[in-house]
Amino acid sequence: MLEKKVGKLTSRMQKPPVIASAASIVGPKEGKGPLAGYFDQAVDDDLWGEKSWEKAEAKFMREVLAKAVSKASLAMGAVDYAIAGDLMNQCIAASFGLRESNIPFFCVFGACSTMGEAMSLGSILIDGGFAANVACLTSSHFCSAEKQFRFPLELGSQRPPTSQWTVTGAGCVVLSAEGSGPCITGITTGKIVDLGIKDQNNMGAAMAPAAADTIYAHFEDTGLPHDYYDMVVTGDLGEIGHEILDDMLSTNGIRIGSILKDCGMMIFDKKQDVHAGASGCGCSATVFAGYLFDCLKKGKLQRILFVPTGALLSPTSVQQGETIPCIAHAVAIENMIGGNQQ
Amino acid sequence: MQQVFTKDEYRKYVDKISPNSKTARNASRAYVVGGLICVIGQFFLNSFRQMGLDQDISASLTSVVMVFLGVTFTALDLYDGLGKFAGAGSIVPITGFANSIASPAIEYKSEGYVLGIGARMFIIAGPVLVYGISISIIMGIIHYLLRS
Repeated sequence: MLEKKVGKLTSRMQKPPVIASAASIVGPKEGKGPLAGYFDQAVDDDLWGEKSWEKAEAKFMREVLAKAVSKASLAMGAVDYAIAGDLMNQCIAASFGLRESNIPFFCVFGACSTMGEAMSLGSILIDGGFAANVACLTSSHFCSAEKQFRFPLELGSQRPPTSQWTVTGAGCVVLSAEGSGPCITGITTGKIVDLGIKDQNNMGAAMAPAAADTIYAHFEDTGLPHDYYDMVVTGDLGEIGHEILDDMLSTNGIRIGSILKDCGMMIFDKKQDVHAGASGCGCSATVFAGYLFDCLKKGKLQRILFVPTGALLSPTSVQQGETIPCIAHAVAIENMIGGNQQ
Repeated sequence: MQQVFTKDEYRKYVDKISPNSKTARNASRAYVVGGLICVIGQFFLNSFRQMGLDQDISASLTSVVMVFLGVTFTALDLYDGLGKFAGAGSIVPITGFANSIASPAIEYKSEGYVLGIGARMFIIAGPVLVYGISISIIMGIIHYLLRS
């Protein structure tokens, strides 16, 4: 019998892994946003002294890992696994950023849902007894993402109002088997959902059905009351996707509009001209590692359902006229009295 | 989850709730900026004519100057801001064509002079050249046949 599996998509941790530390580094635009005070560092140059956007993004990875591990008062050697991924082809920000880390490395790709995927797998490793400490990290960079998915930066073009702004930044959490702090109590692993949206400038609309599917499955599997969490926070749906998600959940009897939030609507101010909101792996990762983790630590939030959302497209699939398959991974994070030592 | 929409219904629903571009605002900005760029071009054309150059040479020189300006403003990190404001107004004139070649050249410099700048420079302008030149050849043949 599977002892940890609950329902179809959800697993409950028997010994919930503790989030021992979280670190975040962001770019200049994010550093001027409403969450500026919560990030560990905001760099003032998109290149961060490197010669290319890709090298800069790898540096975000390298530095955020070092920060999170040191905040957890661990040596690099004490980290059993690193689970990381990003948006670049072949995930070069993750593998080049962690090249010198000497940590056993799992590379994952979940597009902008990568943080949820990495934290889910990290929890499984720890609860399964395969690791004592796991670092989960991801990054995105506005300039490298534009270069890969859209147009050169200096091209004079207009963005449609449904488009979103890729976050420049990286977030990392260190999960530990022992200690105190907010714990990961369960995970709901998303299925691929594709409702036929082709417009890569409207990814919120493409991803919303995936988020709805995962959140619905989470409540269905666990049987928890819909108001159990203080916040159900999606990754980067933006304004349009957020509205659709709220609508879809309500139609399915989950009326959580007041606690339903989106990282993509938190990190930038409306005045920062980002149209429908923020996106990118770094969006949910930095908002969680910066703002949400702080709220959990200080007790402003006791329980959250963190649901990073990803659009699993590639420039080639878009050019070939494919629709956008999407995914959302939910991670339940709760403050547990006395840590996980129950 | 109970699926609320079929794919078709979902697409229609998304179209309905997604805000459209502000067409009237964008079109008027494009008209003004595109017009101004043309006025600048006309200024150079008239100046070259006044210097006593003939029409063909003046037109070619004007294109050269406008391409130079387009590339310069791209390099100064100004053309993307103009394009964001003006849309088609700064894309359609020859300065926009210059921008579409200069901007990938800047972007892909990190991949080297051959496979970066050399190979990627025409990533946006390439289709314009391919189909522009193809059509002009076809039109030339038609013109030749009709005349003879």
